[in-house]
Amino acid sequence: MSQITTNGDLTTSDGRPLKAALAAAQFRAKRRAFFLVAPLLLFIIVSFILPIGQMLHRSVFHDGFAANAPDVKAWFAVNPDGTAPDEAAYAALAQDFKAMKADKTAGIAGTRVNYTLPETRSLITATARVADDLAPPYKDAFLALNPKWGDAAVWQAMRSASSAYTADFYLISTDRERAADGTIQKVPENTRIYIYLFVKTFLLSAVITVICFFLAFPVAHLLATLPTARANLMMILVLLPFWTSLLVRTTSWIVLLQGQGVVNDVLIALGIVGDDGRLKMMYNQAGTIIVMTHVLLPFMILPLYSVMKTIPPSYARAARSLGATSWTTFRRIYLPQTLPGIGAGALLVFILAVGYYITPALVGGADGQLISNFIDFHMDKSNWSLAAALSAMLLGGVLVLYWLYDRLVGIDNLKLG
Amino acid sequence: MVAVSSTDAFVVFDHVQKSYDGTSLVVKDLNLAIGKGEFLTMLGPSGSGKTTCLMMLAGFETATNGEITLDGRPINQVPPHKRGIGMVFQNYALFPHMTVGENLSFPLEVRGMGKSDREAKVKRALDMVQMYAFINRRPSQLSGGQQQRIALARALVFDPKLVLMDEPLGALDKQLREHMQFEIKHLHESLGITVVYVTHDQGEALTMSDRVAVFNDGRIQQLAPPSDLYERPDNSFVAGFIGENNKLHGTLEDVSGGRATVRLTTGELIDATAVNVSTKGQSTLVSIRPERVEYKPELLPAGAHTIDAEVLEFIYMGDMFRTRLRVAGSDDFVIKSRNTLGQRMLAPGEKIKIGWAPQDARALDPQ
Amino acid sequence: MKKLLILTTALTGVAFAAQADVTVMSWGGAYGAAQTEAHVKPFAAKTGIATIMVDSDNPATPLKAMVEAGNVTIDVASVEYADAIRLCDEGVLEPIDVAALPAGADGVAAADDFLPGAVTDCGVSTDIWANIFAYDTTKITGTVPTTVADFFDLEKFPGKRGLKKGAKAVLEFALMGDGVAPADVYATLGTPEGLDKAFAKLDTIKSEVVWWEAGAQPPQLLADGEVVMTTAYNGRIFNAAVGEGKPFAIVWDGQIFENEMYVVPKGAPNKDAAMQFIQFATSTEGLQAQAMQISYGPARKSANATEILYKDGKTVMGPNLPTAPENMKNALETSSSFWVDKDAELNERFNAWLATN
Repeated sequence: MSQITTNGDLTTSDGRPLKAALAAAQFRAKRRAFFLVAPLLLFIIVSFILPIGQMLHRSVFHDGFAANAPDVKAWFAVNPDGTAPDEAAYAALAQDFKAMKADKTAGIAGTRVNYTLPETRSLITATARVADDLAPPYKDAFLALNPKWGDAAVWQAMRSASSAYTADFYLISTDRERAADGTIQKVPENTRIYIYLFVKTFLLSAVITVICFFLAFPVAHLLATLPTARANLMMILVLLPFWTSLLVRTTSWIVLLQGQGVVNDVLIALGIVGDDGRLKMMYNQAGTIIVMTHVLLPFMILPLYSVMKTIPPSYARAARSLGATSWTTFRRIYLPQTLPGIGAGALLVFILAVGYYITPALVGGADGQLISNFIDFHMDKSNWSLAAALSAMLLGGVLVLYWLYDRLVGIDNLKLG
Repeated sequence: MVAVSSTDAFVVFDHVQKSYDGTSLVVKDLNLAIGKGEFLTMLGPSGSGKTTCLMMLAGFETATNGEITLDGRPINQVPPHKRGIGMVFQNYALFPHMTVGENLSFPLEVRGMGKSDREAKVKRALDMVQMYAFINRRPSQLSGGQQQRIALARALVFDPKLVLMDEPLGALDKQLREHMQFEIKHLHESLGITVVYVTHDQGEALTMSDRVAVFNDGRIQQLAPPSDLYERPDNSFVAGFIGENNKLHGTLEDVSGGRATVRLTTGELIDATAVNVSTKGQSTLVSIRPERVEYKPELLPAGAHTIDAEVLEFIYMGDMFRTRLRVAGSDDFVIKSRNTLGQRMLAPGEKIKIGWAPQDARALDPQ
Repeated sequence: MKKLLILTTALTGVAFAAQADVTVMSWGGAYGAAQTEAHVKPFAAKTGIATIMVDSDNPATPLKAMVEAGNVTIDVASVEYADAIRLCDEGVLEPIDVAALPAGADGVAAADDFLPGAVTDCGVSTDIWANIFAYDTTKITGTVPTTVADFFDLEKFPGKRGLKKGAKAVLEFALMGDGVAPADVYATLGTPEGLDKAFAKLDTIKSEVVWWEAGAQPPQLLADGEVVMTTAYNGRIFNAAVGEGKPFAIVWDGQIFENEMYVVPKGAPNKDAAMQFIQFATSTEGLQAQAMQISYGPARKSANATEILYKDGKTVMGPNLPTAPENMKNALETSSSFWVDKDAELNERFNAWLATN
């Protein structure tokens, strides 16, 4: 029995406040629910949240120089930006170089500075190699070794690198660099690449998504309307690629589409093209689009199918009986009802395409490479921070698109099956 | 009884056949004429071909053979959207991505009607089903009965001459269903439209229809007004399908002037009317409605045969008594009697004699 | 496609590596096979130390990744000269004790027996190899290419060209193709104008280039008819031509040669056995044994003192080696110091050039 106390709050029959009793009762249920999901939560934290966090950290963190040049770092700390390096600065640098030579860390330190200012890696490694010969006065000794040591840009780069946390990798990712005076400018035209690649990656993904949609829609419709036995058979055909290794599928396309490949041979045998007019369908953008469309097609078909399956044929019949032509019926009745599937499929295909790596690597040749191939390239070259910055930008781009999608279509209007 | 000759009929099925697989016929030689303004129900068990007939009329299935005409015009080659037939579907088929108003406006839009005309028509149709207040709702926000009204309004909004209804009340609960039956009937009468209604619910068919076509096995078994169908079934399928029914097996002992005497397999003689049996010695199934069986000898016509029965069970149903008897070796012979003042309640184990007027017992084909 | 096979082999190889005492990582294909026959198998037979070979497109890449990740599964790697120096600078490699290397067959101490530069702080040369270009003699008949300029001449020799996907050796090759003398190549490449010149030269054939990544690809591209001529590692073409009878011819003009180095990654699970392997493999006999398998020259004077026959028992290796005098007429030695310093930025420029326009 609940009773009303003097201040108007409900209490239970034994006098406890009702709210507290309810919270206590719900706490037990919540705790049990939490223990049930705890393994998954832990798994997600360990295998997803932490690595992404680490990646984001990496994209702004590189202590290659900061950790190995403590003395210069200390000098930078007490002397504000713009101070010309004095003898104390050169002495600190000499001290650091001697340590670098002993620890064999000049390469790492040089690599870090080189990210900010190209062509400084050699300066640092070469100087470290002869660090033991450096003697006071250090400024003269350094300048004698290489006049570049008097260059303000080099010192600016070292100052920037002496902080383990830096936005430099994001600058590089957007084809920008720090000028000698510290301002941010675009890199020379012939080394601009990442913005171009981001744009290209997103455009290519959009093209692939659109092609996938046009190919998948009729197939999904057929699947949804065929009698069960035949639909199942066709479903197997759709899913077959899923059960085949991605590498096998990709290489099969190479065999089919390459210059001396099956398709070209057939076209020549049929006299459609001449031997010198073999179509270039592989190791270029066309190859990337063809193969990725094939690989990603099921991701469009399945959500579409699952949505179409739930649309009873009576809607189309109703529309027809109400006087609509078959085209109007499709456009006004059927298509709008498949929107959740189209949205899910398009989002799925697009996001997968944006991050696709292996297919463009194998069939993309020179101009079919996407941003992920360059992320891989920098990982190969152990430039983790730049790879992380590029990945973070890719992630950001996808999130922005996701947000846009939510605003335009609504994320609850998404159906995967 | 509405008699329709195929000359002044609104809808005519002329020797229509339908096969899906090329080896068997779902509809076997259908001939049916539906008059203008008629409410005709196609009644039958599932798989009897009734829905197929409706779909052929709507244009979603094509007749394999034969011709269907609408208002004198052959429509086999006319696509569904040009037939101008309103249709109400079993699951209502309201477009889920449109509001009620948009749903109703749709058939007017595709006919190229102007906005103000559309609004007026939509309002009129919604008012007709008392649903104008819901014009901006989505179908998913409506109850089953409300959706049903909207579906009805949508099928009527473009003023079709013919409206087809495919088990439209199947998904509603009993009370609502009965209420909607009256509403549909009322709309039919006030609008003067022709309705072809498909159902497997005999109660619905009897309540609403001018005529009922009972389908079984791809054929119309009987086409008649509800009262004829109940009281004078043409064959044992119709007798069994419509209403409750006692069956007695026997052979024709004597036939004269439609009046027959049947000897049951257990030897007793009973009176019956010969319907589709005629030859002496022919085996037959005699069908008697439970409420037409009499157990008070004084109420039986003179000279009527009676047979012995033993009361097995007596059920008190309020307005009615329902008594199960053992008759001629069968344990499921049922009689119903009204709970009138002084009506006798039979006790289990009691031995009585029962009989009936010959016109109430119909000697039919043995099936 | 070959690349895939190599990748797969590499993966399975690494999986098995844990069971071996010494795991050697090399470049796969004919080259990996040569090192397996000449070094891995005899070493295992002689010492009883289980030794296996795993493949990679470029062992320097996984090596560095392994050391950085602190999970080193290989003991010896075969890397390019510039990589051996660069990785040494970065502290990723174990230092090599030159005094521990065996003396030559003629008794000369290792330090004097090796050719200059063939032993560095962290690596020992296993051979001298070259980037050359080759063509299919059945496809190009009549006038055949003889100079590096011919490679860039699409009018004289129309058809696809195979080129390595990377800045190194490609930029030098382009400059030599543009008529820069080998002696001036690195000086030219060191200037912005020289670099632009190299890319401009590459621009002239860019539309016709098929880019390869693994050393086994060029002979395959030639055999498939995908290209009419391609740059390649000379040993791969030699093995395809002499070993497998393919109609391939090498053009030595404009060859770019360098030492290939055996190195030991820091944290190698079996460092001592790895050093033992390197001593065995880079002995006079070890180098000669490898030269019998593939046409890469030994970097010891003592190993070049006697004539080496190919494994078929009749082909004399001498004229097929990059170091043969007649092959050296217009040859360039890779500048390791140049590439150690400029590898990152030139590859960046190269990638930008490749991916855009």
